[in-house]
Amino acid sequence: MTEPSTPTRPARPARGAGPVLLDAPALRHLPKADGPQSAKEFKSDQEVRWCPGCGDYAILAAVQNFLPQLGVKRENIVFISGIGCAARFPYYVNTFGMHSIHGRAPAIATGLATSRSDLSVWVVSGDGDALSIGGNHLIHALRRNVNLKILLFNNRIYGLTKGQYSPTSEIGKLTKSTPLGSVDTPFNPVSLALGAEASFVARTIDSDRTHLTSMLQAAASHPGTSLVEIYQNCNIFNDGAFDPLKDSTSKDEVTIRLEHGQPIRFGIGGHRGVRRDHAGRLEVVDVDQVGVDALLVHDAHDPDPSTAFAISRLSDPETLDQTPIGIFRDVKRPTYEAAMTAQIDTAIARRGQGDLSALLAGRDTWTVGSGQVGSGR
Amino acid sequence: MPGTGPARPTDRAEWTPVSSVSNSPTSNSATSSAKRVETLTQVVIRFAGDSGDGMQLTGDRFTVETAAFGNSLSTLPDFPAEIRAPAGTLPGVSAFQLHFADHSVVTPGDAPTVLVAMNPAALKANLGDLPKGGTVIVDTDEFTKRNLAKVGYTVSPLEDGSLADYQVHAVALTTMTVDAISRLDLSRKDAERAKNMFALGLLSWLYHRPLEGTRRFLETKFAKKPDILKANLVALEAGWSFGETTEGFAVHYEVKPAALPAGRYRTIRGNQALAFGLVAAAERAGLPLFLGSYPITPASDILHELSNLKHFGVRTFQAEDEIAGVAAALGASYGGSLGVTTTSGPGVALKAETIGLAVALELPLIVVDVQRGGPSTGLPTKTEQADLLQVLFGRNGEAPVPVVAAQSASDCFAAALEAARIALTYRTPVFLLSDGYLANGSEPWRIPDVQTLPDLRVPFATEPNGGTEDRPLFLPYLRDPETLARPWAIPGTAGLEHRIGGIEKKDGTGDISYDPANHDFMVRTRAAKVAGIDVPDLQVDDPSGDADILVLGWGSTFGPITGAVRNLRAAGLPVAQAHLRHLNPMPANTVEVLRSYRKVIVPEMNLGQLALLLRGLYLVDAIAVNQVRGLPFRVADLEAAVRSVAEGTFTRTDVGSAGRYGPVAGPVVPTIEITGEDA
Repeated sequence: MTEPSTPTRPARPARGAGPVLLDAPALRHLPKADGPQSAKEFKSDQEVRWCPGCGDYAILAAVQNFLPQLGVKRENIVFISGIGCAARFPYYVNTFGMHSIHGRAPAIATGLATSRSDLSVWVVSGDGDALSIGGNHLIHALRRNVNLKILLFNNRIYGLTKGQYSPTSEIGKLTKSTPLGSVDTPFNPVSLALGAEASFVARTIDSDRTHLTSMLQAAASHPGTSLVEIYQNCNIFNDGAFDPLKDSTSKDEVTIRLEHGQPIRFGIGGHRGVRRDHAGRLEVVDVDQVGVDALLVHDAHDPDPSTAFAISRLSDPETLDQTPIGIFRDVKRPTYEAAMTAQIDTAIARRGQGDLSALLAGRDTWTVGSGQVGSGR
Repeated sequence: MPGTGPARPTDRAEWTPVSSVSNSPTSNSATSSAKRVETLTQVVIRFAGDSGDGMQLTGDRFTVETAAFGNSLSTLPDFPAEIRAPAGTLPGVSAFQLHFADHSVVTPGDAPTVLVAMNPAALKANLGDLPKGGTVIVDTDEFTKRNLAKVGYTVSPLEDGSLADYQVHAVALTTMTVDAISRLDLSRKDAERAKNMFALGLLSWLYHRPLEGTRRFLETKFAKKPDILKANLVALEAGWSFGETTEGFAVHYEVKPAALPAGRYRTIRGNQALAFGLVAAAERAGLPLFLGSYPITPASDILHELSNLKHFGVRTFQAEDEIAGVAAALGASYGGSLGVTTTSGPGVALKAETIGLAVALELPLIVVDVQRGGPSTGLPTKTEQADLLQVLFGRNGEAPVPVVAAQSASDCFAAALEAARIALTYRTPVFLLSDGYLANGSEPWRIPDVQTLPDLRVPFATEPNGGTEDRPLFLPYLRDPETLARPWAIPGTAGLEHRIGGIEKKDGTGDISYDPANHDFMVRTRAAKVAGIDVPDLQVDDPSGDADILVLGWGSTFGPITGAVRNLRAAGLPVAQAHLRHLNPMPANTVEVLRSYRKVIVPEMNLGQLALLLRGLYLVDAIAVNQVRGLPFRVADLEAAVRSVAEGTFTRTDVGSAGRYGPVAGPVVPTIEITGEDA
């Protein structure tokens, strides 16, 4: 078991007014704001131009409401995005921000985060941006454990290019580019991230502000790369994609809410549960039949990612039945920039601070005098 | 023997036959030699062997010895792309050519005067380049039936008289190496591996090179392997002693030190100089250096050099691909580092979109392109300068990027500082062009005084620059009226929070803008910023003032052009020379210079890319002289081309084809239509 990085909540500051601040080791080195911040301060002067009804609005509001909890100076927060509907996000947040090019946000953010440990760097991406054109950068950021908080808005469709299928679209998906249905097997972003050595992986839903906020808190408190997949509704090109998880009549029955240290139990009244079968696989069972003690207890801090991976496979990509949300994995591992900085410190300790004159001269030199030749070192 | 026969190198103005013969021992190493010493003004040695024979190391060590002795020198490593092609085959041959002289040399030499061939493949691959009368030193132990058959010899060339036109020294290098170190407890294989040191010892004796440096080098390299160290030292000494005692070598040679400008010198390879230039630029700018890179030949050595300089605070990031390399560098620049990415042509193609983003973001970024033969994978280990149009135009939209080109191995240092100056001053990505020849070639370098390097400090923005006193605003695209650079406002600066991106932005505020007039204005402004970069005037070297022909080059053709121009002048043909360091923008006086000459000849290792630009930009009838052989121009080829232009016999099919001037037979292919007419 590795040490959990779950945030602790100190008492509300005496002067009132301000938000409850997160306090986690991963945040302590960041410059602290002078006083309490409000969600309003994190709203930029730009008009938000997503389609009315887009799930992005809810996520933006949740993030803007959450950011004051970081207690970090606004100028030390950076949002970097790629291309896609979600990628407009940085323009609407009053921090430093960059709207870059398709798929490359994790790579740009890696350069920024590894050279500036005093920044809180967030990446906003979509299923096309992160998993298709930028898939390579995403998996490498995850394996390196760069100190990035990646928000992956997954709506299972290409929105900005007007409705083609995405790498998370289900097989058979009818779109403009797949008039006879998609024949591509979709990615499960959580499974992919776990396979890419991610140290923090969570999933949440745009419409569940409380859960979304708790995932943001946990992601921010995690040292290294945090990937939060956010199921986000595109009401224009893929409306209702996550309705089974949102509809009050079905959501409790099909959604598995993962809680660290708790038996995995879901369904109305908690009648369904997850246990390991004789072959070592996970199966969904009737709790009344097997008893609570037979259920798998969720351990987000398990250094071995295989159970987390198995949990990520429970959901049915077609019906969304048995879809887990919450923190799949949260383990401590050295961050990339810390390792890089340690190497620099070691090199300086061993060789002394670099001396440019000595570097240029090297070891084999000779001197040419005025008109004469000599050899020396 | 070298220099005494007809083996004249083709840059003949530099060539003087034996100037003196002396029996006295030379000042440096051969203190007690009883053998006759002849003095030469210059020598071109080519070491050739199997990829596993250590020819690059042998060449490097001979180079360092030669530099320490005080000769002027230039080198050309020439190795295959395969890491280990099958032993003894032609594709596996690795060579290293060194030109050294008692006067200033600017090229590695058109042709060797001495060929050291460690096996039949090396002999076969290189003999064609050796002029008649040249010296051949071969390892007879490798001339086995099997090795001969591998390269198609049915009879050994050592026995069939086919080498009658050369001075041949057939030496059992391997056997003698193994014999010399027989008293050490080493396997035969390990013992044989020291044969390159035997060869180095022999050549060092032959040309009076000091061995101390190599001894020290070996002691460091094999500090943890005392047996191997001992074997190499013994082989080195044995090679020297063999020269001293064998009757096979009656004469040895000295090449007096060259008169170089006073100062402290070292030898330096282009990639090393470039890496040092980047470190120096960062230090002079007071910024951390961040390299985002993906390994690619022939640029990887820059990544290796910088990875070893962590004690300078350098951060090197080996990315998952070329795109991530440049993207991370741009991210670091955004955060206030000097962001650099290093690559070669194929990598530039992959980075294009991100460089376009850097143009839009107007952030400093250095993109190093160490050019190699193309297209596609092309010739990874060979040189070419065919990326000029790619770096100028290979992006979507109007995306101007300044371009700086290094002209020699040591000049990569100064060129890196210049690229950094432009990137930092104007907040723009800058291309720094080198090529495979500069990357791996080495030459003496007068070590600069750090204090004399340019001051590259630029201020970050710290205060809002707009709005009202009550409501101050930060305008990320409010420009400096002189440079048109926008403020560099790094994250962490209170009050300057702002958003930038690749979408067109409103002048001043940087807000997203689709306004037609604003876009037209921004496109023109970005172009004007780059066009207005302050670059020094083009200098023309025209000592007599009588020339009506100008030879204009860029990049690594500087050496061969200089050699050709020197020779032509010595032969009585006045020729002017100029060299472009800045390809974008070009110096303000370029058109004036071009129009001052009746003929403008533009030699390039491509099919006329600069010539196309000069014609398009300045309406100048530039005459393109082109070769794309993966090798630097031969001085003789350039001389002949310039002479034919001067004599009115130049036709476009004369050049641009190896068939005319080179060893490659085949149809003469005309160069592309832009090639100059000889009116």
